[in-house]
Amino acid sequence: MRFIFKTDYEDDIRLFPHSGYVWTYGTLLVLLAIAPFVLSSYIMSQLVFVCIYATVGVGLMILSGFTGQASLGHAAFLAIGAYTAAYLQQYNVPFPVYFLAAGLLTGVIGALVGFPALRLQGIYLVIATISFAFIVEEILARWESVTHGNEGMRVKTLSLFGLMIPRDSPSFYFLCLGFLILTIIGTLNLLRSPTGRAFIAIRDSETAARSMGVNVALYKVKSFAISAAITGFAGALFAHKLTFISPEMFTLLLSIEFIIVILIGGTFSLHGAVLGAIFLVMIDPFLTYLKDDMPGIISGSASALGASKATASNIQSSVAAFASANGLKGAIYGFIIVVFVLFEPLGLYGRWLKIKLFFQLFPLYKRATFKRQKIYVKSERNR
Amino acid sequence: MSYFRAENLSLHFGGLKAVDSVSFAVEKGEILSIIGPNGAGKSSIFNLISRIYPPTHGKIFFEDQDITHQPAYDIAGLGIARTFQNIELFENATVLSNLLVGRHRHSTTSLWQELLFMPSVRASEKLHRRRVEQVIEFLDLEPYRDKLISGLPYGVRKVIELARALCSEPKLILLDEPSSGLNVEETDDMSFWIRDMKSELGITVLMVEHDMSLVNRVSDRVIALNYGKVLAMGSPSEVQSHPDVVAAYLGA
Repeated sequence: MRFIFKTDYEDDIRLFPHSGYVWTYGTLLVLLAIAPFVLSSYIMSQLVFVCIYATVGVGLMILSGFTGQASLGHAAFLAIGAYTAAYLQQYNVPFPVYFLAAGLLTGVIGALVGFPALRLQGIYLVIATISFAFIVEEILARWESVTHGNEGMRVKTLSLFGLMIPRDSPSFYFLCLGFLILTIIGTLNLLRSPTGRAFIAIRDSETAARSMGVNVALYKVKSFAISAAITGFAGALFAHKLTFISPEMFTLLLSIEFIIVILIGGTFSLHGAVLGAIFLVMIDPFLTYLKDDMPGIISGSASALGASKATASNIQSSVAAFASANGLKGAIYGFIIVVFVLFEPLGLYGRWLKIKLFFQLFPLYKRATFKRQKIYVKSERNR
Repeated sequence: MSYFRAENLSLHFGGLKAVDSVSFAVEKGEILSIIGPNGAGKSSIFNLISRIYPPTHGKIFFEDQDITHQPAYDIAGLGIARTFQNIELFENATVLSNLLVGRHRHSTTSLWQELLFMPSVRASEKLHRRRVEQVIEFLDLEPYRDKLISGLPYGVRKVIELARALCSEPKLILLDEPSSGLNVEETDDMSFWIRDMKSELGITVLMVEHDMSLVNRVSDRVIALNYGKVLAMGSPSEVQSHPDVVAAYLGA
């Protein structure tokens, strides 16, 4: 176990509290840097999705995890970023310009959504953001002169300073990874300065935040704007990764996926956003596996156990029907959320912290360390 | 002119007059206690001053400035800090970041500077930290700096709330039942700190309190309220022997 001897206020400010952090994250960075030269192109493609989802996750974490404002509208923000990029690209606007435009426009729209959200709390805010997402989806489908409606839009290959960066090239991966790292560093900077603390104050007690001089309305709008802007930037990258965008890609299910990212990862940490993104992107290969291999395996083991050929093929077709049933994905998402909320409310990152502490304190780890306490003194009166 | 004064302050909820034309003044550097039975309107007066409720009638002045219509978040900026009866701390944050939120009214850095964590932000963070450390030393909170609020006992939370208010370097502090839920020893500490705040830090104190021994020990003046009206005003002993106050507490 490591004891940190603090001798300077700087010790509580710096991003890496001790050399262990530098080693861990340094190693991780090296591994990520050599990944495209080692891993298969399929896994690299998944990694790019992890980067994009994690970026959105960090954005949503600022709003939901740190400011306490729930949002089911992040698919709409992502769509606005993606469509801005696709639209501007048609007019040969260079990448850095439309990338910035995607983020800034989404940020402004996020701030505008933030204003009506000021008067809403909890479930009502969720409903308001869902309706915003539906409005955006509808606009994308109807405003054909700009968005080409349900036909969707093609996104040309990204070109940066005359250099072509196709969507499965290592350069594109590094672009997404680099932006994710910048986002995380920016967010960490925010969290160690007055703005981030104001966000956390609003999350935990608006009344107290106000009486400490925090302009709650202003900071909520700021949080919405920052969160939306990050999502908009990610949207521009998302559009390039998909090369084709249409309104039905940005539905409620996508917003729920983002909620899963932060919920599964762990709601109070940026690690959670990344872990949650990894988890979510892994679900897809798992579903494909379920669809392709599971029927064969199950019927194979059934016939090995002595079932007749007819029953085995019967089983095979019913498992295949189940695995390719409509809405299975949604059901799996719902199941995962329920299981995590019930049994692992701190998410994957919380589990990691528990494992780490177990080894640090071994053999003195107490199971009750992370037990949640009931709080009896919290008042809702002064909301 | 008084340092702080309330003129004909009223707060009505429909027909219920929680605060009914209350006028009082606080002089610079004094400790003024508000006492009264439950439901007398003591905390409501605090909520009026910190603008959680808008007053139905009346005006509030601080340093000869009308603050009746200032937005709630400006009140701290003027130098009025408060604590809450039912502890309103930021549960899932460390003690240190709770106290640093108290410094919020002194923060001058912009969002862009903070995103890049420019040297100016770093410098101001260190300055805030130094001020916070002074408060930590004043209130003996050294063992708790990095602890999460959610794991701390009630008595400590009460002190941290006071610390957070002090971190904003207030000129006037409103203490809503500083000793509720504290044991005798902790109440003794609290009474020392309240007096030290006045003598060492030069802070004017307005407090609501039920514990009469604490009121007697620290207050310069006392106001007794009942049913939203002022019953008596004066030195602690005067107020306690006032017939209306005795009647309010014991029944006529």
